[in-house]
Amino acid sequence: MQQNSSSSEPIVSLHNVQKSFGALRVLDGVSFAVARGEVLALIGRSGSGKSTALRCIDRFEKVDGGEIVVCGHRVDRPDVNLRALRQDVGIVFQSYNLFPHLTIEQNITLAPCAVKGMATSQAKDLARKVLVQVGLEEKLHAYPEQLSGGQQQRAAIARSLAMQPKVMLFDEVTSALDPELTGEVLKVIEQLAADGMTMVMVTHEMGFAKGIADRIVFMHRGKVHETGPASILTSPTTPELTQFVGTGNLKS
Amino acid sequence: MSLQLDFPAVLERWPSFLAGAVLTLELAFFATVLGALLGTLAAVGRGTHNSLIAGACKVYVETIRNTPLLVQIFLVYFGLASLGLKYSAFTVAVAALTINVGAYTAEIMRAGFEAIPRGQIEAAEGLALSRFQIYWHIILLPAVEKVYPALTSQFVLLMLASSVCSQISAEELTAVANYIQSDTYRAFETYIIVAVLYVILSLVMRAGFWGLGLLLFPRRRRLGTPL
Ligand SMILES: Nc1ncnc2c1ncn2[C@@H]1O[C@H](COP(=O)(O)OP(=O)(O)OP(=O)(O)O)[C@@H](O)[C@H]1O
Ligand SMILES: [Mg+2]
Repeated sequence: MQQNSSSSEPIVSLHNVQKSFGALRVLDGVSFAVARGEVLALIGRSGSGKSTALRCIDRFEKVDGGEIVVCGHRVDRPDVNLRALRQDVGIVFQSYNLFPHLTIEQNITLAPCAVKGMATSQAKDLARKVLVQVGLEEKLHAYPEQLSGGQQQRAAIARSLAMQPKVMLFDEVTSALDPELTGEVLKVIEQLAADGMTMVMVTHEMGFAKGIADRIVFMHRGKVHETGPASILTSPTTPELTQFVGTGNLKS
Repeated sequence: MSLQLDFPAVLERWPSFLAGAVLTLELAFFATVLGALLGTLAAVGRGTHNSLIAGACKVYVETIRNTPLLVQIFLVYFGLASLGLKYSAFTVAVAALTINVGAYTAEIMRAGFEAIPRGQIEAAEGLALSRFQIYWHIILLPAVEKVYPALTSQFVLLMLASSVCSQISAEELTAVANYIQSDTYRAFETYIIVAVLYVILSLVMRAGFWGLGLLLFPRRRRLGTPL
């Protein structure tokens, strides 16, 4: 049986993870770990494998080799309990992916009711609570299309939070947004970090990463090329990271 | 050249016309409900990874779409008879129409399923919803919504096509008309009345689907988006 990790063990750990799409080797021995309450930022050029690494954690991609342990689940094994894994992991995508035919409240209550068997009234209380957390309580009964991009993304974060995950994964959650809407989403994530949520986020908001991340993983050609505390962004050691931060936080 | 129409002679048979029209509507209703179910299942089946199920669904859909409805009706009618099974003409007609419209529904629903963005399904998977729950809560309604006009047209077409059930003497509208015109020798008048009745039945069905749409798609009702 897969048991939840004791508090000393990392929430997420990747060890020598390999992943290819056909002949293209996208992850070439990736290793990193995220401790409880830690915020890890995955950065790197476009195509360096950041999204793939993130998706492997929630088993949206199956790895070819190596080991991934998430909240005690052996994600690399074929017999991993997907539903249990995904109750422990929340994932938010660049394109929000709210369910268009459901109100924001219904978007949020669906999984707690359907997956955890929560009573409707309790789920509605929970929906209100997580919407307050992201500053959207007045949008409870709106449909997704009535919300701005930033609001939709915050609602998507709230929907994930309602499942009370042990770790949250974010894949470039602000890169579809106008600059003025980016801030409101980043603020929500900042608050989550302050509340002690364990997070792995792919981002190209370098200023944000510097401010919030406990650790930076810089990926280059499918490998962890440089890793360390946020300070590596200001004093990188490898020429690749130097160049990457030097070119500014260009859209990757 | 003179055209002499004598509607009263035909119209005094109105109870028969009415009964035929009601039966046609009943045929259409049952075949629509059952066909929608069958077609949706076949569409889901075609999308599964099980190649046996997917193959069977494909054979079903393609066979039906490439054979005439009348032949399908005869196949069900004589097929059941040769197995020694006795069913009323109405039951046979519903069965044949269901099988027929199910195949077209499957094709339409498949298009609807394919129109659901991959990201929607991934988001649902990420929330730990099961395969069935994803179909039920996330895919089905938006898919139906996307193809609703095509679906409802198909069901209205089915109602019109049910006129060939007169061939197995189901007492629907066209069968009634055939009977009345041979009785009154007023064929033209009879079929004019029947045509008008079919138009009315079509309008009734379209109104029904419009109302059903309001029920099924509350978002459109709220936001005032037309279908
Ligand atoms: N499903 C897939 N099938 C084939 N190739 C893929 C697939 N997903 C990703 N790739 C390829 O793998 C490589 C890494 O992709 P990935 O999305 O992980 O990069 P990324 O670092 O997230 O880039 P970006 O910053 O542009 O999002 C790319 O070359 C991409 O084209
Ligand atoms: Mg990416």
